[in-house]
Amino acid sequence: MREGYEVVYKRPKSLIETRMHYCPGCFHGTVHKLLMEVLDEMEIVEKTIGVCPVGCSVFAYDYMNVDMQEAAHGRAAAVATAISRLHPDKYVFSYQGDGDLAAIGTAETIHACNRGENIVFIFINNGIYGMTGGQMAPTTLKGQITTTSPHGRDPINAGMPLKMSEIVSGFDGVAYVERVSCNTAGNARKTKKALEKAMKISEQKIGTSFIEVISNCPSGWKCTPVQSLDWIKDEQIPYFPLGVIKEPGK
Amino acid sequence: MGEIRFMKGNEALAEAAIRAGMQGYFGYPITPQSEIVEYLAMQEPNHDYVLVHAESEVASINMLYGGAGAGSRVMTTTSSPGFSLMQEGVSYIACAELPCVIANISRGGPGLGTIQASQGDYFQAVKGGGHGDYNLIVLAPNSVQEMVDHTIMAFELADKYNTPALILTDGAIGQMMEKVVLPEPIEYKPNKPWATTGKTKDRERNYITSLYIKSEDMEQKNFKLQAKYKEIKENEVRFESYKIDDAEIIIVSYGVSSRTSKKVVDLAREKGIKVGLLRPITLWPFPTEEIARLSKLDSTKFFLSVEMSVGQMVEDVKLNVEGRKPVYMYGRTGGIMMTPEEILEYAVKKYEEG
Ligand SMILES: Cc1ncc(C[n+]2csc(CCOP(=O)(O)OP(=O)(O)O)c2C)c(N)n1
Ligand code: SF4
Ligand SMILES: [Mg+2]
Repeated sequence: MREGYEVVYKRPKSLIETRMHYCPGCFHGTVHKLLMEVLDEMEIVEKTIGVCPVGCSVFAYDYMNVDMQEAAHGRAAAVATAISRLHPDKYVFSYQGDGDLAAIGTAETIHACNRGENIVFIFINNGIYGMTGGQMAPTTLKGQITTTSPHGRDPINAGMPLKMSEIVSGFDGVAYVERVSCNTAGNARKTKKALEKAMKISEQKIGTSFIEVISNCPSGWKCTPVQSLDWIKDEQIPYFPLGVIKEPGK
Repeated sequence: MGEIRFMKGNEALAEAAIRAGMQGYFGYPITPQSEIVEYLAMQEPNHDYVLVHAESEVASINMLYGGAGAGSRVMTTTSSPGFSLMQEGVSYIACAELPCVIANISRGGPGLGTIQASQGDYFQAVKGGGHGDYNLIVLAPNSVQEMVDHTIMAFELADKYNTPALILTDGAIGQMMEKVVLPEPIEYKPNKPWATTGKTKDRERNYITSLYIKSEDMEQKNFKLQAKYKEIKENEVRFESYKIDDAEIIIVSYGVSSRTSKKVVDLAREKGIKVGLLRPITLWPFPTEEIARLSKLDSTKFFLSVEMSVGQMVEDVKLNVEGRKPVYMYGRTGGIMMTPEEILEYAVKKYEEG
């Protein structure tokens, strides 16, 4: 390193040094980094067990230097439930995409939240099935073009995009729900704060935390990473407004 | 000697799981196995195990995956339609090589079928059931006592081979009451250094996965699984023989129908016809060598597979008889219990046909 310089934006210790398979500009990598920063700073790596889904983040265990289990498509909440119940003193997070958490795995998500499992859900809402090549997700916006909604999502056929954060915030078992994004540096910092808050709530064992990250998929959206940021600002955030939806004591 | 009780098969299985040191149970009600989850729910305050009444069998099998991966002794139980629903998860568990116990107290199908006892899940149990190349260790208790013994054995075998063990029995064994001797509780101390229990500083991270995206890696994984299955086949075949030595007719039967078949053996011998019974205790690994051996004896005239299905296990009998002797099948479905007399009548008819 050059003398007199200091690295201020660095790889967190627990983010494994390897080349990620994510597409350029994809938020999966960003959220992985923020999550590992939080675990490192809170010094809870030894006490954390993660669950990754089927979706683009299926390989998360190649990047996160924590004990992890790769769950069947949609079943991360069930896998995390068992881990958390059998290891009540551990922090358990479940990192899932929108197809995973809000389509095939809706039942598991709803019931784990309703039971108030001590799980931190990190819900990557990119409005699309990234891994399988860009099909419509339950969160795809009205009119949005995907490979299975080539004429745009039609609510008559497909319903309106599912607002999972609002749904789970209605359960007594859920302690904390916040919707965040990583489309600006400021929002990324807020995402990190939300993750940290969720881990602290997990320590108190007062219920489920649910962090929805409004994310992108430049490859599936067929745009550049920069254009994807505009789409998030102009289209996604107006429908999925950012902010705290529920928090303890309120 | 252990404690003697008069118990239902399902409750005996549940009690045995507790005594085997089970740490987590995940299940969903379905007749004729609901007594298992009910019994465990009733007993929960007296023990240390975790019990989750899951939202579906899909959830319970994936909870089983999570719990097993996190290093605990875990079990789920169900009946036929529920076992069908679990198959994706069972395949993941087999591939990830996670030790755990599943019980299928089976009922009549296909479809919603009937809640009466059946043996129509043989194929699903021994031929894999879910996707890909894998096998489960399959134990087939035929008494309430064996519900106890096999539950404990299932936990032990699962841990020994890091593989799921299935108890396949039927609603009749699950529902009947008999005297049982219960063993002393086992003090179970898990020794699973590969489990996800939190990455301590002195080791690399542990991860549980069934993903082998590169073809070469997937094939290597399959080689590894097959080597393990070969070892299980070599070491773990279990069966019971009854009056088999001089038998001309060899009945092959398991679970509840093996009890009826035993009666057939005695009735036939009263008439002077030499019938014997081979009862597979492990359906997988199947007693292949014993069947082959018996098929080579001059005294053996034919085999008769007796099962509550239209004929599933009979295929495995044929595979090992390899055409040396005729192989017949007698079965009823829909939960209809066969009488010894009707089986005997069929056997005698075949015997007289020569
Ligand atoms: C049972 C099952 N059905 C379908 C699939 C195929 N599949 C893999 S990933 C995926 C969608 C993933 O989308 P999402 O959860 O939104 O994750 P992303 O890739 O967008 O991060 C699908 C349908 C599968 N692996 N298993
Ligand atoms: S396909 Fe989409 S979600 Fe998947 S890595 Fe690429 S940009 Fe990210
Ligand atoms: Mg997605």
